[in-house]
Amino acid sequence: MKLDPKIPSGPLEKKWEKHIMEGKLVNPANKRKYDIIMVGSGLAGASAAATLGELGYKVKCFTFHDSPRRAHSIAAQGGINAAKNYQNDGDSVYRLFYDTIKGGDFRSREANVYRLAQVSVNIIDQCAAQGVPFAREYGGLLANRSFGGAQVSRTFYARGQTGQQLLLGAYSALSRQVGLGTVELCANEEMLEVVVIDGHAKGIITRNLNTGAITRHSAHAVVLGTGGYGNVFNLSTYARNSNVTAAWRAHRKGAAFANPCYTQIHPTCIPVSGDYQSKLTLMSESLRNDGRIWVPKKRDDKRPPHQIPEDERDYYLERKYPSFGNLAPRDISSRSAKEACDDGRGVGETGLGVYLDFSDAIKRLGADTIKERYGNLFDIYKEITDESAYDVPMRIYPAVHYTMGGLWVDYNLMSNLPGLFVMGEANFSDHGANRLGASALMQGLADGYFVLPYTIPHYLAELDRDGAPSTDDAEFVKAEEEVKARTEKLLSNKGKQSVKSFHVRLGKIMWDHCGMARTKEGLEKAIKLIPELREEYWADVRVPGEGKELNQSLENAGRVGDFLELGELMCRDALTREESCGGHFREEHQYPDGEAMRDDEKFAHVAAWEYKGEGQEPVRHTEELEYESVKFATRSYK
Amino acid sequence: MNVKLRVWRQKNNETEGRFENYEAKDLNPNMSFLEMMDVVNEDLTDSGDEPIAFAHDCREGICGTCSCMIDGKPHGPEHGVATCQTYMRSFKDGDTITVEPFRAKAFPIVKDLVTDRASFDKIQQAGGFITIRTGAAPDANSIPIGKEIADLAMDAAACIGCGACVAACKNASAMLFVSAKAGQLNLLPQGKPEKDRRVLSMVAAMDEAGFGNCTNQYECSAACPKLISEEFISKLNRDFVGATVRSSFKAKPLV
Ligand SMILES: Cc1cc2nc3c(=O)[nH]c(=O)nc-3n(C[C@H](O)[C@H](O)[C@H](O)COP(=O)(O)OP(=O)(O)OC[C@H]3O[C@@H](n4cnc5c(N)ncnc54)[C@H](O)[C@@H]3O)c2cc1C
Ligand code: SF4
Ligand code: FES
Repeated sequence: MKLDPKIPSGPLEKKWEKHIMEGKLVNPANKRKYDIIMVGSGLAGASAAATLGELGYKVKCFTFHDSPRRAHSIAAQGGINAAKNYQNDGDSVYRLFYDTIKGGDFRSREANVYRLAQVSVNIIDQCAAQGVPFAREYGGLLANRSFGGAQVSRTFYARGQTGQQLLLGAYSALSRQVGLGTVELCANEEMLEVVVIDGHAKGIITRNLNTGAITRHSAHAVVLGTGGYGNVFNLSTYARNSNVTAAWRAHRKGAAFANPCYTQIHPTCIPVSGDYQSKLTLMSESLRNDGRIWVPKKRDDKRPPHQIPEDERDYYLERKYPSFGNLAPRDISSRSAKEACDDGRGVGETGLGVYLDFSDAIKRLGADTIKERYGNLFDIYKEITDESAYDVPMRIYPAVHYTMGGLWVDYNLMSNLPGLFVMGEANFSDHGANRLGASALMQGLADGYFVLPYTIPHYLAELDRDGAPSTDDAEFVKAEEEVKARTEKLLSNKGKQSVKSFHVRLGKIMWDHCGMARTKEGLEKAIKLIPELREEYWADVRVPGEGKELNQSLENAGRVGDFLELGELMCRDALTREESCGGHFREEHQYPDGEAMRDDEKFAHVAAWEYKGEGQEPVRHTEELEYESVKFATRSYK
Repeated sequence: MNVKLRVWRQKNNETEGRFENYEAKDLNPNMSFLEMMDVVNEDLTDSGDEPIAFAHDCREGICGTCSCMIDGKPHGPEHGVATCQTYMRSFKDGDTITVEPFRAKAFPIVKDLVTDRASFDKIQQAGGFITIRTGAAPDANSIPIGKEIADLAMDAAACIGCGACVAACKNASAMLFVSAKAGQLNLLPQGKPEKDRRVLSMVAAMDEAGFGNCTNQYECSAACPKLISEEFISKLNRDFVGATVRSSFKAKPLV
């Protein structure tokens, strides 16, 4: 397998401009002759579909949601970064670039990240022009906040609904193109297979979720903007229906899966309350500005929090990281919470929680100030737990939040499977081993509005301009048969256990062995357990209902089937990455004080996995990461 | 706690639907309404029956997918929340809870509690946008917008496109939804040039999709999970009258 990142030559600052200049263009009169399939209508998919439609290509945009506006991007809260330097606090393209590389623990590709920082400024202009109601100052200019420990204020936001507003902006641009007839919207259509002809991605097979109809679609290029795969853990902050199927099906057809083990676990989420739990809700990180995190010093201390005297409390982040204290980065805070709970000092009914206590802040600043700062968050907390954080400390616990890994792409966002492009959270490229807060929205829109529309013509212009292949081609027929066979198999299986029960069990294996802290033994165990569970799944899963109508059990069955394969690959990736970096922490690789130990000698590379067939071991390939502009440094938050 | 459920079951849009009774036992009052439905569905699956189809995704009140009528109210008994933000502690032990789909001509039933709300997308495609080419935008700070206007636009933009306003309205009117989108864009300086065209096209698309007329009862606002204000409807009415008048005096091409 060849992994050529196709990074343009020349100085870092000039690469993108040079690349655009040197790239081939598609003659405007010919654009209509190119069909592009866009799978996904989140920030990445909607922005790209709208832009390509506007440029004149013939676009079909697929989403399994009933409307593009419901993509998971809608749920992002905090904000979007951009190097505008509107606050005059010393931000710049270079600083955003450097922060992203460092935050990613030196495991991302320099040229991609630099380009991301460069186009970030255009995103804000574009969104403001679309009518995105960003927060503003009294003078009418855009407001910013500092986010995720950044030392400059570069985060733009729209109340606590930034993702919603940005997605609705992209959705309105997409809707306009649908109205104009340049983009055909295919909602309720789930892509279940990629079609590859002569080594190029040339189409997809979809199932209509409402009617069960299975259809072939052909095109000159296929683009995936299908989101992240955090739901492999079952419980996460993702929307329930987010899944890996599109990316996984492409992987099985030859696209390399890069760094699958890089998972971000967010420290401040509402803990699990019972085994019926379906979803974990994120509480904004900003709470850590005023809340103090603690657990009892004694194990199994069942006293209510106010009865535990000050000297019997362990403010463990303040103790371990005196200079950053409660503001220690996401991965460190998450891991410390897990350690405390593993030590038997967790709180709440399940023992999987730590206190986030505002009583000192309320004493110091008054309840009104706290209400002003966090009122809406306290309301959400109350709505879910029925507890008032003004009176008792909040209980929080880390939860799976984002996946940095994804399909491998080159500088053009094309995977190693020619003609298959991947954007947004579904690709691996920009965040290395850890993503900074407010940078996923930035990347999704950068890819969709400002990168793909410039790079896809390079590929299209090289093709001969005959129409897209006929859907009668043998490869289409075969792919459709595969989809039908799989669907039929699930429906006729008539086993005894529900799809959900398997998802829960897989999630537990992943959380226990491939979660916040990973060990060789644990991962090896998981690599044994997951194939067993997969076998049991295909032998004993029960999928009620029929295929020719809406059947949510069937939808989930396909998705869980793919998670059962992905989970194993994640564990293999975590096992072979013998170092700790960003969201990937191997207990064997830490400094005596418990800090993550990177190994830049051996692991300053991307691991991209090649699929070799069912029951075959996948093959690990590497792309070396060459840093021309930055030097490796160790993160320290003491 | 235990509750009894009367749930609307309907195989598809061509067949008749009916209520079926179920029991949900040993519930934790802190589980969400949809988690209770998950439990019922697991039981149905285990006993060889077909689970109840219901729409959901984010489960935190932002995607607008969930859409049940609970005891006759869109999104259930609590004010200002979506179905997925409704918790079992809002009900009493032993209650019988009636669960139905949103009902409106423009939202045909797909199955059980799931309806097709593509008509909202159609309205959006007709005019719910500002025409701006990608890459052609001026610097974001070149057009200052007063904080009050920006905040008001954000109030309108908070709509999650769920359709509860339609379900709550006896005429199945979509005026609150349309007025929220049009209101947001019409308030902002960027949206002014297309204001008239937007209002006329969106209202025409709404009529065409089969939504009813607004008779100013404002059940919509009361049922809206984002508490979108009915004042946006008044604003839309004013904008509509203005746009209609102006469109009849269209500038003639110069000869
Ligand atoms: C609770 C929460 C808060 C967050 N807050 C922030 C924040 O403040 N700032 C930030 O920068 N990031 C944040 N993130 C991360 C960010 O929201 C996501 O990474 C980003 O929105 C992903 O966008 P996307 O376009 O790649 O994918 P998505 O928005 O997930 O869209 C995926 C699309 O693909 C479609 N799709 C998927 N598979 C198929 C298939 N097989 N067939 C057809 N269609 C398919 C879906 O229907 C959907 O349209 C947050 C994430 C969470 C969970
Ligand atoms: S106005 Fe309110 S009720 Fe109507 S679609 Fe929007 S959020 Fe839902
Ligand atoms: S499931 Fe998203 S709003 Fe209820």
